[in-house]
Amino acid sequence: MSWVTKTLNSTLGKKLLMALTGLFLILFLVVHLAGNLQLLLPDEGESFNIYAQTMANNPIIRVVSIGNFAFILIHVIWSILLTRANKKARPVNYAVSKAGTNSTWASRNMGILGTVILLFLIIHLRGFWYEFKFGEIPTAVYDGVTYKNVFLIIAEAYSNIAYVAVYVVAMAFLAFHLSHGFASAFQTLGLNHVKYSPLIQKVGIGFAIIVPALFALIPIVMYIQSL
Amino acid sequence: MNLTLKIWRQKNKSDKGGFKDYKVSDVSKDMSFLEMLDVLNEQLSEKGEDPVHFDHDCREGICGMCSLYINGKPHGPLQTTTCQLHMRSFNDGETITIEPWRATAFPVMKDLVVDRSSFDRIMQAGGYVSVNTGGVPDANEIPIPKRIADEAFDAATCIGCGACVAACKNASAMLFTSAKISQLALLPQGQVERKERAERMIAQMDAEGFGACTNTGACSIECPKGISLTNIARMNREYFSAVVSSENV
Ligand code: HEM
Ligand code: SF4
Ligand code: FES
Repeated sequence: MSWVTKTLNSTLGKKLLMALTGLFLILFLVVHLAGNLQLLLPDEGESFNIYAQTMANNPIIRVVSIGNFAFILIHVIWSILLTRANKKARPVNYAVSKAGTNSTWASRNMGILGTVILLFLIIHLRGFWYEFKFGEIPTAVYDGVTYKNVFLIIAEAYSNIAYVAVYVVAMAFLAFHLSHGFASAFQTLGLNHVKYSPLIQKVGIGFAIIVPALFALIPIVMYIQSL
Repeated sequence: MNLTLKIWRQKNKSDKGGFKDYKVSDVSKDMSFLEMLDVLNEQLSEKGEDPVHFDHDCREGICGMCSLYINGKPHGPLQTTTCQLHMRSFNDGETITIEPWRATAFPVMKDLVVDRSSFDRIMQAGGYVSVNTGGVPDANEIPIPKRIADEAFDAATCIGCGACVAACKNASAMLFTSAKISQLALLPQGQVERKERAERMIAQMDAEGFGACTNTGACSIECPKGISLTNIARMNREYFSAVVSSENV
């Protein structure tokens, strides 16, 4: 084994991959949210449709989006490797455990939280990303240019209360995942400092509340608009 | 006080083991937890039964030998060692569940006794400094800022009890290993083997079958010496910088 594979196979190396991919996904969430909030603009989806098509045609965004899929995959696969190794390190559980007195629920259940997020991602990508790429999509014409009218597909989906519920619940799970994951990633990278760590903790909690809440707001508002 | 004890009994390493209930009466609130177990063992001996085996040595909170997972927490309800835990932390009539540390790397030898020699092997892998024999060096010959000396000392207060491993949902030894790496990495005397130490101790930690760190922080909360999570961050920095810069291909 070379030193690179040896390092990535160590417990710390595995965590390094989790932290780096996790932080990239956090960055992605911000960009994704900024784009999605355009769905709420009162222009029948014009800005959103133009934005979606521009992004899809931009070669840099294409590379980043392939990277994004790869990072999700790495994050998921390594989370399975870690969770399995961690279970093996404690094969017999305690009969009585007061883990709640020494750690947060989210920090102890990252695997469960992540699994629900993964299920959501599959539904989400099947519903929108796949449709946008391969589905039959109505078009809209702005300033003489034809665009795919993804806004219509999304508005249609969000008029279904069950679909909206899935989104809102999934965002709650994401919130808990981030409430621990955000600050945890910095600690994994060794970035712990008296001056900055308290700030990172606070920003992490703020991020974990605000970002998923804004994501959840979009389907809720669009559902109300559809009534 | 009168108590019901639910104690893990296991004949040997390969026995399946199970809980057994015991009653102890007339326990004084001023007894330490281990003294309470001594009382129970005396009763058992008088009846000709096998006494409950548990680890202990100094009984003054400095050796790290005592263990026990008491009512769902390592070393019981207080942030201290079991030998320094007193029966006033419990109520009359209470049922107390006592389990051994649970970790693949800490196999149960008998009853509540676990084998913690995996910690020794982590230390042997790199928890030392090269000191040439010769004349005694002058004290304070090497200037070390007070702040750094204090930080190294704080890390060095780890007594190797294993409560961090017992508390961790992953049975991870990161807090212990990071304390041992930190106490040497912070001091000038520890620079010689600095990179090698991080690489070797972490490789040994993994080889022993301890889990990874999810940064839940349970270890530090339950550590009788209050070893801080900043040590784990330092260990990660030590390790990552060691693997990219050492000559160990
Ligand atoms: C947008 C989606 C996601 C984001 C932003 C995200 C972010 C993060 C971050 C920042 C961490 C902390 C890394 C560290 O402790 O160093 C983390 C940990 C974790 N993630 Fe995710 N994650 C996402 C999706 C997922 C998915 C889909 C899964 C799995 C099926 C998952 C499973 C885990 C697990 C198990 C951990 C804890 C690993 C451990 O330390 O034991 N995550 N995540
Ligand atoms: S870090 Fe704390 S809990 Fe872990 S072995 Fe050292 S003293 Fe015990
Ligand atoms: S017996 Fe030595 S620390 Fe408890």
